[in-house]
Amino acid sequence: MSAKKIVEPIVKGQFTYRDLPIGAMIPVPATSLEYKTGVWRTRQPKIDYGKCIKCLLCWVFCPDAAIKRLDDDSVKVDYEYCKGCGVCETVCPVKAISMEEV
Amino acid sequence: MARQAQERIAIMGDEAVALAVKQSNVDVIAAYPITPQTIIVERLSEYVANGELDAAFIQAESEHSALSICVGASLAGARVFTSTASQGLALMHEIVYATSSMRVPMVMAIANRSLNAPLNIHCEHGDVMPERDSGWVHLFATNVQEAYDLTFIAFKLSEHPDAQLPVSVNLDAFILTHSVEPLTPISDDDASKFLPPRQPLYSIDFDNPATFGTMALPDTYMEFKYQLKEAAERAGQVYPKVAEEYARISGRRYWYFNSYMADDADAVVLVLGSTYGTLKAAARRLRESGLKVGVIGLTMFRPFPEKQLVELLKNAKSLIVMDRAYSYGGLGGPLYMETLAMLYRNGLRVPAMNVVYGLGGRDFRLDEAESVLKMALDGARRGRFDEHVIWWGVRA
Repeated sequence: MSAKKIVEPIVKGQFTYRDLPIGAMIPVPATSLEYKTGVWRTRQPKIDYGKCIKCLLCWVFCPDAAIKRLDDDSVKVDYEYCKGCGVCETVCPVKAISMEEV
Repeated sequence: MARQAQERIAIMGDEAVALAVKQSNVDVIAAYPITPQTIIVERLSEYVANGELDAAFIQAESEHSALSICVGASLAGARVFTSTASQGLALMHEIVYATSSMRVPMVMAIANRSLNAPLNIHCEHGDVMPERDSGWVHLFATNVQEAYDLTFIAFKLSEHPDAQLPVSVNLDAFILTHSVEPLTPISDDDASKFLPPRQPLYSIDFDNPATFGTMALPDTYMEFKYQLKEAAERAGQVYPKVAEEYARISGRRYWYFNSYMADDADAVVLVLGSTYGTLKAAARRLRESGLKVGVIGLTMFRPFPEKQLVELLKNAKSLIVMDRAYSYGGLGGPLYMETLAMLYRNGLRVPAMNVVYGLGGRDFRLDEAESVLKMALDGARRGRFDEHVIWWGVRA
């Protein structure tokens, strides 16, 4: 059974209690990747690359590992999983990150 | 089927349970000692130390840990046993719910003892009642033989794929745990035939990692709990089949309850645990004088055998429900409240009263049992009781 096969019906709301594994046991690893928690977001970070000094504080502090570090130490938001908490905006020392309405 | 002649021995309740657990070929026992359960795990630790039982015996640092160890061991595919009472069970409370909700088979003997305060080590059902709503199957023994037999039935029921639930075997503190009674054990061969090595539905497998004890958010939580509801009800349906299989090897037949002349009785008394024996003896005396009394001792409290009880009670003219526990500020004891709900929703308008008795191990003697039965007869004759709840013998 694949992670996608387990998660997809739940995300779509197309399941009954019979379709769920007994006792909430998850029979395959890494099903959380199938949950696109980005849909929870009500605000989202926007990075002004002109101001970014590549200090990587946002990458360190992001509680969902939704800031990706690229080869040149610049950063990119993974919008599939970013929940829009705004921690990155708060820790950015040069105000390069701003939270915008979705 | 021809059974070999069975030896009759004298044994106390705790030792009888330990013997049954040994014969059930358990793999893991994790426990923490507490009166009056201690002898169960003491005997088991001796069996393991003497090489009579090939199992891992783990003395945990608390009951909370003991039950947690049991959960892990059962998920690894082991047949698992633990035992506790009173405060020990209260300390397990969190894991009690995790065990049933994670659908982990295991058996726990509960030596029913009152809960602090005041500190008291004697018999009461107030320790198991907080676990009433957990999804565990709760079985109650009325004597030492039943505590022994129900332990085997509990393992079989617990591991049944239709149930896949933990099961508790309740035996009254001291009255059963420390009383020597005659016991006819089953043979080791029969025990092994009844309980072959466990075949888990799934278990921890390092080559195929899985996650146990996960989080479920509002989108799925109710469905997982609905699974538990269905499983608990299925356990009730599977139970007679398991009991019948046990009857074939032991000659002793178990049902949702014991009953003594309840089917044609005017006045019926319903009770849990060893008091059934006292009431039965008193009822026999009254029957000899032509008084139509009956007694029901509930073996299975969870799942509640509603259909079977309604069938048995449909002609009763009065009912006294005896509780060795109480819901303070509530309508009465837990068995009484459940029974009232059952009567009401099945349209039975039989007058019912609650007798709360024996808290903290206060004796309930034969002459008192006779008085309660006569009180039930009085209720049947008058078509009503004057009180909803009485506390038997309390100096009020």
